[in-house]
Amino acid sequence: MDKFIRIDGLVVPLDRANVDTDAIIPKQFLKSIKRTGFGPNLFDEWRYLDHGEPGMDNSKRPLNPDFVLNQPRYHGAQILLARENFGCGSSREHAPWALGDYGFRAIIAPSFADIFCNNCFKNGLLPIVLDTASVDDLFQAVIATPGYHLKIDLEQQSITAPNGMVYRFEVDAFRKNCLLNGLDDIGLTLQHVREIKEYEARRKTEAPWLFT
Amino acid sequence: MGTQTLYDKLWNSHVVHEEPDGTTLIYIDRHLVHEVTSPQAFEGLRLAGRKPWRIASMLAVADHNVPTTDRTQGIADPISRLQVETLDSNCDELGITEFRMADVRQGIVHVIGPEQGATLPGMTVVCGDSHTSTHGAFAALAFGIGTSEVEHVMATQCLLMKKAHAMQMLVEGALGKGVTAKDLVLAVIGKIGTAGGTGYAIEFAGSAIRALSMEGRMTVCNMAIEAGARAGMIAADDTTISYLKGRPFAPQGELWDKAVDYWRTLHSDKGAQFDKVVRLDAAEIKPQVTWGTSPEMVVAVDGNVPDPARESDPVKRSSIDLSLKYMGLQPNTPITEIQIDKVFIGSCTNARIEDLRAAAEVVRGKHVAANVKLAMAVPGSGLVKQQAEREGLDKIFVEAGFEWREPGCSMCLAMNADKLEPGERCASTSNRNFEGRQGPGGRTHLVSPEMAAAAAIAGHFVDVRNF
Repeated sequence: MDKFIRIDGLVVPLDRANVDTDAIIPKQFLKSIKRTGFGPNLFDEWRYLDHGEPGMDNSKRPLNPDFVLNQPRYHGAQILLARENFGCGSSREHAPWALGDYGFRAIIAPSFADIFCNNCFKNGLLPIVLDTASVDDLFQAVIATPGYHLKIDLEQQSITAPNGMVYRFEVDAFRKNCLLNGLDDIGLTLQHVREIKEYEARRKTEAPWLFT
Repeated sequence: MGTQTLYDKLWNSHVVHEEPDGTTLIYIDRHLVHEVTSPQAFEGLRLAGRKPWRIASMLAVADHNVPTTDRTQGIADPISRLQVETLDSNCDELGITEFRMADVRQGIVHVIGPEQGATLPGMTVVCGDSHTSTHGAFAALAFGIGTSEVEHVMATQCLLMKKAHAMQMLVEGALGKGVTAKDLVLAVIGKIGTAGGTGYAIEFAGSAIRALSMEGRMTVCNMAIEAGARAGMIAADDTTISYLKGRPFAPQGELWDKAVDYWRTLHSDKGAQFDKVVRLDAAEIKPQVTWGTSPEMVVAVDGNVPDPARESDPVKRSSIDLSLKYMGLQPNTPITEIQIDKVFIGSCTNARIEDLRAAAEVVRGKHVAANVKLAMAVPGSGLVKQQAEREGLDKIFVEAGFEWREPGCSMCLAMNADKLEPGERCASTSNRNFEGRQGPGGRTHLVSPEMAAAAAIAGHFVDVRNF
């Protein structure tokens, strides 16, 4: 997994609540058996005027000029500013894959759906929860200011705005450590092989029907 | 230990290792696998040179991509076909039990797990699918995971997680005639919102929940995720135990007796503390219909489409505006005046035998309205289909003008050939009314099987209580 330490990234505002994983990456693209290549189809139904299917040349498809990601001032954005309950719905990890493949490294919102949030951390994508008032402030600032960047420092758990305002955020210590060091969860868990085997041995006597 | 909630009991009995900060290694008893979220996990395992930890814990089935029409020609879409074939070859290579498309036991993963007795009380059950919460109906700790976690469970039989908060959803009283488990859970989501359960495991309790069949309980737990909760659960009781008796994967003989003794302890102790308790009066719940693009956008069938002008919160007002635009609805329209184009009875929420019986009862001797272009009944599994056919339900549906299909996820998410065309409006027994969920531009209204059946006959939503 890619490390996440600090970034200084362009911010794009996606001003709607309850953005679900079907919107982030529509189901027809879930037929892929790979982890990569989802970026061009991120927010496909909002981003393009035609209907997208796997295998199409996305560079030739008509873009929806009203969709915020298509506005030239937001090209190259690494930070997505969003509203509450971002990533609700399906458990598809294709959602963070698509966001990461597009180039996003962090998402700021008042709240995230649990499974999506979990999936982000497994893919080097940092979901940051800020209170609604701070998110409102950021929405106003980013819309008012072309080229609006934020500095995100995971070590310090801080976001610094161009005006010097600093927003602090909480992050689970374990996940923070994994992101800072790009650690692989499976490798970490396999350090506990002995305990897993002991648990199984004990459980087999307590609840043998689980092992038939 | 003191008094414990059901969630405490399930959690505590699966702790392998706990870090001081609460990060816990939880053992997984059952790993259900489908074709969409597993290929990258199998590939990751292979690239790392790892083998699955306990193959016997895995049960695989293809459900999202399978056609629900004639299957003798296989899957027409080459990309869908490759995904299903990839699951087949991964299962072959590793010796994982898989119900193939031609197997009568094939069906929607959340229907076949319980049907086979592969879901048992006291288990931890995971699947790369958010509707895994369904299995919590059996007093199991069941939740959806992403593909990285699918690989993690394959490689280690464990997951790293922190314990969620515990919510009790207490539903007392009796549901009225024509009011179902689906209406109950839609009313719950309407009350607490789609993020109301975020960070919680929800235990559904109270006399209305105890009175539900296992099918009804599965419908309720299935949509816990639509309230934001990864896991929903219900205490084990006689209903649970009698459902499981004799199922192929359920224990037998002495082991059965031993298991039942244990299962009878799987309830929240008297006086157990929850982080949050929400109460709902079952008698007040009416048949529900969603009007928007989030399951929380729901009203009773005798209500109206809301008016954004009356919403003071700007974010909510904008959500209502966007939803009404997408749904092609005018504010204040009575729900019963909304005309529909298609009807879908199926999905992991409502494709079990009881759902089909209830819907068939409504359409018996009647016919689908002229404005309804397609009405489909899609059983949740081959065995549900067989049972329904033994009872003659297929004939009732077909005589009423419904199509009777092969089992699969079908039009719940349109990864297969079943989908809405842009602008089409569907009365659907599925679980998500997100934009494009049932096909790009498609408009979904979530309802119970009875309400979907009545809408098919009337051509618009009707109150099934007076139908």
